[in-house]
Amino acid sequence: MPLVLHRIDDRLIHGQVVIGWGRPLDVGFIALVDDQVASSDWEQDLYRMGVPPEVEVFFASVVEAARLAPQWRSDPRPGILLTADIPTMAAFRQKAPPVEEVNVGGLHHKPGRSLRLPYVYLTDDEFKSLQALEASGTRVTAQDLPTTAAVPLEALK
Amino acid sequence: MSEGLRGVVVSHGGLAAAMVQAVEQISGVTGVLFPVSNMGCDPEAIERRLAEAIGQGPAVVFVDLPSGSCFFAAMRANKTQTELPVVTGVNLPMLVDFVFHRGATAEEAARRAAAKGGEAIRTR
Repeated sequence: MPLVLHRIDDRLIHGQVVIGWGRPLDVGFIALVDDQVASSDWEQDLYRMGVPPEVEVFFASVVEAARLAPQWRSDPRPGILLTADIPTMAAFRQKAPPVEEVNVGGLHHKPGRSLRLPYVYLTDDEFKSLQALEASGTRVTAQDLPTTAAVPLEALK
Repeated sequence: MSEGLRGVVVSHGGLAAAMVQAVEQISGVTGVLFPVSNMGCDPEAIERRLAEAIGQGPAVVFVDLPSGSCFFAAMRANKTQTELPVVTGVNLPMLVDFVFHRGATAEEAARRAAAKGGEAIRTR
């Protein structure tokens, strides 16, 4: 069973991921790829508290994730790979292709970003990074929950 | 003693503001509970909102779910600040009790509120 969802969400593990996506996808594990979280036992303990015991959580830096990707992709359980930002997902995509599709699930307001969807704010450079990701063969859509429609990247311009 | 003890209610969507309004309507006590919503927030923004609501403390932080972005923000605040207990599964009975029992320490007030909230959940 491949990784069934590659999601960019600055909240990482939270209700929409665990319940909104996790339940319908029958997720057995979450791979949280983040250099900072991978280096903090305290942050890892915190994120584990947000996940039911039947869902395993792996924490990895980008480099570790690239090494572990074959193992995650051959895991019989459906899995979600999460990053908090676009550069981390792009780096994972570059180090561990292929990634067929990326879901932008939550990037919230910060200085320099503008509203694209109620749950997606991007700078122009971030939009270009997503365009580059799509140009490299990875389909990029925005979708907060599986019950809403996926929005193509060009609609976020 | 923590006479200035405040309660900060953190929730998804508009739940916190609605709960605070309801408690004020029921109890007549205002200026004790402060709502924080995670709407439109990344983790840093929730933490900023929460820090503003907590002020200098002490405070009890009431969170809707025992996981998720609101809970994580509360736990990060709890890690760096003393006298900032976190109570999850917030409900109206615990908040109504809390506004009338703020003379204890933050820890004692949090334990009492959690107990009162739990007692209120019944089947008939």
